Amino acid sequence: MTEPMLSRPRYPGLSADPHAKLNLIVCEGEGAGAVLDLAAKAPDGFFSRAAILFCATGASGSTYQTKLESLQPANFWVLPSIATAMFRLKGVLATATMGTRLYAAGTEPFIGSVLQEALAVGIDFKSVFTEHRGSAKRRIQCVHCKGLTEDVTASPFTCAHCGLTLFVRDHYSRRLGAFQGVCVDAEVPGEVPPVEELYP
Amino acid sequence: MGLMFKDETYRGDFTFYNSPEAIRHFPFPFHEDKYMYAVNIEPHAPGPKGSAYEFPIDVDEHYVADMKDRAIVLAEDPLRCQSLPHMITAEWDLVELLMTSMSEAYPEHFTLTRNGDAWHWINRPLGIDDEFTFGDTSTLRYPPMEYITRQCQGDFCLLDQRDGDLWMDSGMVTSQADWSLDFDIGMSFKEWHAPVPLAHEVGIFDRALKFLLAMQIGRPVRRLNWTMTINPRLDTSPENYHKWGTDRTTVTPENVGDKVHLRVELQALWRLPRSNAIVFSIRGYLIKMREVATIPKWSRRLHRVLKTLPPELAAYKGLTRYQQMTIDWLAKHDDGAPTTPGVWPE
Ligand code: HEM
Repeated sequence: MTEPMLSRPRYPGLSADPHAKLNLIVCEGEGAGAVLDLAAKAPDGFFSRAAILFCATGASGSTYQTKLESLQPANFWVLPSIATAMFRLKGVLATATMGTRLYAAGTEPFIGSVLQEALAVGIDFKSVFTEHRGSAKRRIQCVHCKGLTEDVTASPFTCAHCGLTLFVRDHYSRRLGAFQGVCVDAEVPGEVPPVEELYP
Repeated sequence: MGLMFKDETYRGDFTFYNSPEAIRHFPFPFHEDKYMYAVNIEPHAPGPKGSAYEFPIDVDEHYVADMKDRAIVLAEDPLRCQSLPHMITAEWDLVELLMTSMSEAYPEHFTLTRNGDAWHWINRPLGIDDEFTFGDTSTLRYPPMEYITRQCQGDFCLLDQRDGDLWMDSGMVTSQADWSLDFDIGMSFKEWHAPVPLAHEVGIFDRALKFLLAMQIGRPVRRLNWTMTINPRLDTSPENYHKWGTDRTTVTPENVGDKVHLRVELQALWRLPRSNAIVFSIRGYLIKMREVATIPKWSRRLHRVLKTLPPELAAYKGLTRYQQMTIDWLAKHDDGAPTTPGVWPE
């Protein structure tokens, strides 16, 4: 590919907003590493104005949990899954005031979910600080049945809903937090290219 | 002169064809013997009598069949028509634009009577006679954009303008060349154009966006885009690609003339007065190779365009499987004579 995928958000990395009244930091698995790196360069007192919402997925979840806690954020919540983390985020955003800065770090589908919650309360996606860490796995929307398949690491793959064999098109929807999946053997049924592990 | 609306299909037995008048009416897109993407935007000014450009909104012999096909698509997949809540004013703007254009251009088929906000709309070809209050959605049987675009040929997108960009926040898209409104809704100009090859790098979308942001009320513009379709199928959506994709393997040297269609989109844009949104209409026209060959200049030119088409464009448009067979068929209709500049038949 000669150009970046222009519908896909970029994740330039976390940096501290010194003026925010509340730094709302949402992270998942390896994304905790990005928050620890942020801590190394954040101004004094940053975490006293921060709430960290941590989704402890992956093998090193508990190690990260201890390290994040030692940053002594004003609030620290640990949730067991993306779904529960998003439920909590929704609640926090519902009462958030002006001057709240949102941060998201983790896999791309996780960041995508955070941006969807932000969109729902009218936060401009460009104002959210994001950093991609961990697996390159993708969330894919099947363009045919509209079902979302999570944790896709290879192409082509089987739609978890309708069972069609899909390839991943270079197109991303922020509204859906997902890439587009399109039937790979629509023209000659059964003619499927070999599976490649493209997003490990 | 009243139009004769044909009873024809865009699916199943595919009885669609063009009368000789409809062939002369076709907006042939190539003004020279080669093709590449460009910022091909011009004023949407009235064109020659009988052409697709005669009126701002073109209604032709396929009108009733087009509207029937749209109704079938919507019954199967309501997500082809979506609108974000803040677009309601733009939806009403569109009702006004289409009703006034259609009734002024084709008074024998459409009549609009306005008395303040009390409007009376008569659509004779579809047997519709409705009185409603302009601005009051509860007085129509569908939301405003859906109501009027179920009665107007072509797909429509409504673009909200904010933050120096255009946002695809609304649309009626049932006859698209392989893109999904449901996926693209809410995207910005460059986001929804992301899959297009070659054009971003040479700044085409930068310049086009800048131009559109400065569009003014009363100065509509237009451009043409094209692709090819196997069988006269309007619904070549990605949603149904797993159903129509096999069409592309059914082309043989014997059936090129009837199966392979040039599909041209006459895309017109208007700035809307109340909402400041832009409406983007994508009016598709289909023509069989056999019909193209009745205009010698067009078959010569299409042959040369297809022969020299950049491979990235052929792949993006999905022509690769049948491109060579079509070139071979058209070669029999190209004697090598020079063609005159411009799109009109000689
Ligand atoms: C503002 C209204 C417009 C809308 C809603 C629109 C929408 C679209 C969409 C949805 C696609 C398909 C992308 C895909 O593959 O998923 C497309 C393709 C394209 N658009 Fe636009 N577009 C607009 C204006 C323009 C303008 C002003 C230009 C002028 C340069 C342009 C140039 C193109 C080109 C070159 C393609 C590729 C077409 C092909 O090869 O078949 N578009 N457009």
